[in-house]
Amino acid sequence: MVEKKSNKILLTLITLFSAVLFLLPFYIVLINSFKTQKGFLLDVLGLPGQYFTLNNYPEAFKKLDFISSFTNSLYITVIAVSLLLILGSMAAWMLVRTKTKLSMFIFMMFSTAMLIPFQSVMLPLVRIMGKLNLLNPVGIIFMYLGFGAPLTIMLYHGFVKSVPVEIEEAAIIDGCGKFMTFWRVVFPLLKPISVTVSILQAMWIWNDFLLPQLTINRPEWQTIPLKMFYFFGQFAKRWDLGLAGLVLAMLPIVLFYIAMQKYIIKGVMQGSIK
Amino acid sequence: MKKGSRLWFWVFIGPMLFAFLVVQVIPTLMGIFYSFTSWNGITGGMDLVGLNNYKSVLADKDFYKAFWFTARFAITAIMSINLVGFLLALLVTSGIKGSHVLRGAFFIPNLIGGLILGFIWQFIFTKAFDALGARLGIEWLEGWLATSTTGFWGLVILMTWQMAGYMMIIYISGLQNIPDSVMEAAAIDGASKWQVLKNITLPLVAPAFTVGIFLTLSNSFKLYDQNLSLTGGGPGGSTEMVAMNIYNTAFKFNKLGLAQAKAVIFLIVLAVVALTQMYISKKKEVEM
Repeated sequence: MVEKKSNKILLTLITLFSAVLFLLPFYIVLINSFKTQKGFLLDVLGLPGQYFTLNNYPEAFKKLDFISSFTNSLYITVIAVSLLLILGSMAAWMLVRTKTKLSMFIFMMFSTAMLIPFQSVMLPLVRIMGKLNLLNPVGIIFMYLGFGAPLTIMLYHGFVKSVPVEIEEAAIIDGCGKFMTFWRVVFPLLKPISVTVSILQAMWIWNDFLLPQLTINRPEWQTIPLKMFYFFGQFAKRWDLGLAGLVLAMLPIVLFYIAMQKYIIKGVMQGSIK
Repeated sequence: MKKGSRLWFWVFIGPMLFAFLVVQVIPTLMGIFYSFTSWNGITGGMDLVGLNNYKSVLADKDFYKAFWFTARFAITAIMSINLVGFLLALLVTSGIKGSHVLRGAFFIPNLIGGLILGFIWQFIFTKAFDALGARLGIEWLEGWLATSTTGFWGLVILMTWQMAGYMMIIYISGLQNIPDSVMEAAAIDGASKWQVLKNITLPLVAPAFTVGIFLTLSNSFKLYDQNLSLTGGGPGGSTEMVAMNIYNTAFKFNKLGLAQAKAVIFLIVLAVVALTQMYISKKKEVEM
């Protein structure tokens, strides 16, 4: 018994030590973001002390156009995820409930597409979207629908199969049309998987960099990762501003995570089993 | 199918299918076509040039270098990410206190975009490592990312730090699926910790390994953001990975046809590797 207890203490210590190690990079970035340039040139590892300053933040905030880039990121993420939920669940439900060769073929097509790397479609895609005059936020949202479709449909497809068809049949007998049956009866039952889909897709879209880099050409449309990239290009030697900018960029995600941790971990778990 | 239900079929599936066709299927097909042309993105025309682009790819030393670097990186990263992820999963499910908070901590890097993580580690490697090395007199901590080797290990460390938490979550769900009765039976039979791990835990978690290896494999091969913000491909292009090589061929050198030929090769290699891995893992699962 004594041996078991000391074992547990040892395990706890190892885990705690690893957690500290994992969070250390964030800590170093955070303390240095409060130093003047001279302060961090003199000492990277220590606390700010006499070189403490708050000035990095307002300047980084301005240089990053934070309100504008945050709004752009939020707008694109929210609309794209909502559309993926609505259109993806509708499509997946119909694909499960229709047992024809065509329906099976379409599902196969969606699942094989998981293997296509972005690099092999990006050049023609940018050309097409340019011709359609869609190199703008609306076009980006449309592209996220296309890229998000396979995973969304596969996750919903797996879940719908476990929903008993009798419930829907009862609704249809009661005189509900297909549309009403789906929205009133089926969609509410899909809630757990909808949470998973929205978390996985929101994490991806919020953080995505290459697609916006290829398709957004106006500063006022830039998202946070894009702004961050140009910001670092411009102020390569100004780590004092850069670090404050990094903290600002991470803040919304970390706050969201603290509020939603339970759902996020569960969502990732669900998403990986399928 | 009745006429009415056929209409509903397309109403429900149409929008998603349309976006998918325009964004992925048509560009894939067009991409294959473009790989046989002299497309350069500046002059409007493109002529068919047969296999010329593919011949140029085969003669492109930088592309070979990028491919070799990517393959070495992927193999190293897959091992280290999954090993660390699995160890973390074992630790947080070993019945210690506060494991939920700790799980949360390990998962945080995963939420943040690769571009931002790359900049964070650029600071850690170049500034914090230097300072630590100077203070403790450890020479190998200094000058990180200035050589190809430290760039390589920098990328491996960054990716392990980022993805291990994700793999941990996958392995936790695998570990939780092991029935308690099996573990109890092993304990009664007097099996040692190591025997339990080797003969019970690992075989029963094998399906989770299939998922974990698949995810890390495709992420490592397609890596771009972290590559760009951590090393930028440097020094001297020695840490340039395939995705970045394709990007640079297209936009730095305006050889879009050539870039597209590389992209088609990339697609084929990736599909073959991923399908082979799935096949082998699935076969192993059954045997175990």
